[in-house]
Amino acid sequence: MENVGSERVDLLSARSHAISYRAVAVMEISTFLIQVLNGIQFGMLLFLIASGLTLTFGVMGIINLAHGAFFMIGAYLVFQFTRHWGWPLPLAFSSAVAAVVVIGSVVERSVLAPLVGRDHLDQVLVTYGLILIFDELAVVFWGKDVQPAAIPSLLRGSLQFGDIFVYPVYRLALTVAGLLCALGLYLLVAKTRLGMIVRAGSYDRGMVSALGINVDPVFALVFGLGAALAALAGILAAPILSVSPGMGDKIIIIAFVVVVIGGIGSIKGAFVGALLVGLLDSFGKVLFPSVSSLLIYALMAFILVWRPSGLFGKAT
Amino acid sequence: MSRFLVIGIVVAACLVLLVPLAGSQYLTTHVTRILVYAIFAVSLDLLVGFCGLVSLGHAAFFGIAAYATALLADKVGVTNVLISLPFSILCATGTALVIGLLTLRTAGIYFIMATLALAEMLYFLVHDNDFFGGSDGILVLSRFYLGSTSIDVSDPVIRYCVVVTVTVAVLVGLAFLVRSPFGRTLQGIKSNERRMRALGYNIARYKLACFVIGGALAGLAGHLYLLLTSLADPSILDWIHSAQVLMMVILGGLGTLVGPMVGAFVFVELIDQMSVLTEHWKLAVGIVVVVATLFGRGGIAGVAGRTRAWGVGAKRPIT
Amino acid sequence: MSLLETQSLTMYFGLLAAVNDVSLRIERDEIHAIIGPNGAGKTTFLNLLSGELHPTTGSLYFQGHDVTRWSPDRRARAGIGRSFQHSSVFEDLSVHENLRLAAQTQFPGSFGFFQSADRYDDVHERVAEIQSALSLTASENTRAGELSHGEQRQLEIGMLMAISPTLMLLDEPTSGMSRNETLDLINILRQLAAKHTVVLVEHDMDVVFELANRITVLVNGSVIASGAPDEIRADKAVRTAYLGH
Repeated sequence: MENVGSERVDLLSARSHAISYRAVAVMEISTFLIQVLNGIQFGMLLFLIASGLTLTFGVMGIINLAHGAFFMIGAYLVFQFTRHWGWPLPLAFSSAVAAVVVIGSVVERSVLAPLVGRDHLDQVLVTYGLILIFDELAVVFWGKDVQPAAIPSLLRGSLQFGDIFVYPVYRLALTVAGLLCALGLYLLVAKTRLGMIVRAGSYDRGMVSALGINVDPVFALVFGLGAALAALAGILAAPILSVSPGMGDKIIIIAFVVVVIGGIGSIKGAFVGALLVGLLDSFGKVLFPSVSSLLIYALMAFILVWRPSGLFGKAT
Repeated sequence: MSRFLVIGIVVAACLVLLVPLAGSQYLTTHVTRILVYAIFAVSLDLLVGFCGLVSLGHAAFFGIAAYATALLADKVGVTNVLISLPFSILCATGTALVIGLLTLRTAGIYFIMATLALAEMLYFLVHDNDFFGGSDGILVLSRFYLGSTSIDVSDPVIRYCVVVTVTVAVLVGLAFLVRSPFGRTLQGIKSNERRMRALGYNIARYKLACFVIGGALAGLAGHLYLLLTSLADPSILDWIHSAQVLMMVILGGLGTLVGPMVGAFVFVELIDQMSVLTEHWKLAVGIVVVVATLFGRGGIAGVAGRTRAWGVGAKRPIT
Repeated sequence: MSLLETQSLTMYFGLLAAVNDVSLRIERDEIHAIIGPNGAGKTTFLNLLSGELHPTTGSLYFQGHDVTRWSPDRRARAGIGRSFQHSSVFEDLSVHENLRLAAQTQFPGSFGFFQSADRYDDVHERVAEIQSALSLTASENTRAGELSHGEQRQLEIGMLMAISPTLMLLDEPTSGMSRNETLDLINILRQLAAKHTVVLVEHDMDVVFELANRITVLVNGSVIASGAPDEIRADKAVRTAYLGH
């Protein structure tokens, strides 16, 4: 998994190797602050993906391993629209998200809806098959090479934080975007009627339909929303991660870990989990580079031992 | 058992025995590979088909055993199969015990995710550390021998015989296990866990036993895999690999002993043939998987008329 | 010492007390019926006794031991057996196998890894006995899922017979049964009660008054009356709860 953290990590890790075997307190303030920001930024990216995932699990009861495909398709479409067709960024952006929502709806209606209530095994297999299909379609259309994506000119450069450190504008923008989405989702789920149905459905799906609420449109909407958020994450992450056919696979596992840590069906859990994972990843890469990738999974294992249904999950 | 299936098995068994006589090293190695995956798939079927435990981390035990064998050969210079086999199975079993204790605390989706994540952990451990060869893995250049004899297990034909023997032993062993009280208890757990609990069964213990036995068998397959390919690389540990084996179990038929073998054959052949036909074989395999799962039920073995696990509902006259 | 004793057993689901401060004693060898209108908390109470649920507050003693936090399987091993409101049998397995799995628990020698389970004679004799007692021998090889509703309920009772628990918790055993099936079941239960203690949740008043030594009435999670059948029949509060006047 490439380092989604600071571009200055090379410089930092040279210094931090000397630091890493001593206490955390010896870390310099600038390093610390940068890692915190990196952690939050990665966390926001993860949250965008994990929120859709947790809603799909929680409301529809479906494990969608292929959720990362929306992440990937969003990135590729923006790449196609801007690089090859020369569209202006806002148009490319919104078209890509819209296209992903459409693709997501088609997939949901045709392949995922029949899976509701079926064995988890079937869901795992079908969505794994979807991963193969989407990944290979990406290769068919755009080839196997990694495509670099440029940071939009508006957001280039870095911000100076007093005398202490500099931080890239783009990453800040990403973080802010993520926080805004989190806020929007919170308002949607906590304050709207749709959100109430989602919360109820997350708690007891059968009850919701027994109450006469037509769940199909709700499912479709929830799924579309999740897909849109994942696509957004892909678009935003493209300049940092670059665009390649396997980009969805690598990040989806981490998103799953976030969902499990936070508790299935819980947006709040996805948010807290994403922040925890983001920060752990960020600090882990600087302090314990040889085991940093492990730490996330170790955290998940620890939390499952302590709370088998995740931090905010419904106890089964 | 349905007549067709019995005939099919006998024919397949004959063909299998005749393979080395064809004199083609490619064919011998190819069938060896199918058999190794057959053992791997059956070990997963024990968890999924007989106990209802859907694990996406089963490749971890396979990989650990392969790496253990590779490390023994590469770092310690041990190429004696009589030592590396038990050692690698022990490593796999130990890992299964630890992972089982951690993951079986959870259920349902959480269990699937927990197994996946813990396996990914091992993937990264191996991928990021030079001791394990990093992303390139460990390539074993020496040949393997049986004990202190000069029987060269790395020779394709001898290797083939070893693998066939092991496969038969595993199948026979599992056939007994499935009919035993232990095996039947697992089926009861899969059928209705709440009822089993209400009868006084300590479900957790049985699941753990099943998980560990499955892990040990996967380790056996992993060791044989290393003998076959001489290369242990991180990709054999990742969740994608686990998902592929899961596919073999489903395609072939859950809850049977023959099914996963058929599934292994079909899947390996499918990928081999597809990758010759088109460089975009993943697309074809993906479509097959989606369609087969959505519309097929019981897999190939199910279609062949086998819908119940062995030993279930067996009638015995009381004298 | 009573066989089973609950002390202020209370179960809250959110803000709703499904079982509210129930203190009850079940004596050895009695048939104790729990009755009450729908939603009174009878099944929840049974779930608390068998371990599927742990109470919010209060405690539970079985044969003098505090079993409040024990798991269902631990309680089953200690001698508490139960049947469920909706038959909980092994639907994909045969009748014979259903009973065999239950009977197997009582014969310690039979937890092998290698010998076929069909070779354990003592287990099979027990299964055959139970099958003939319940007239299920003919359907021995039928998938439990294919049995009629009444036969499935009988099968569940059969599994209980196989594990021979000291205390049997029966959740509406006659529900969905025909008149004849109910009469048969009453006979079987009477025989069982000679050797086991029974707690019976029932809606069928004929069955209740036919079998019960003592009756407890639950309404909205609380006990409104408890005593001998005649007392309950005459009790004003009970009449109000059932008849509305």
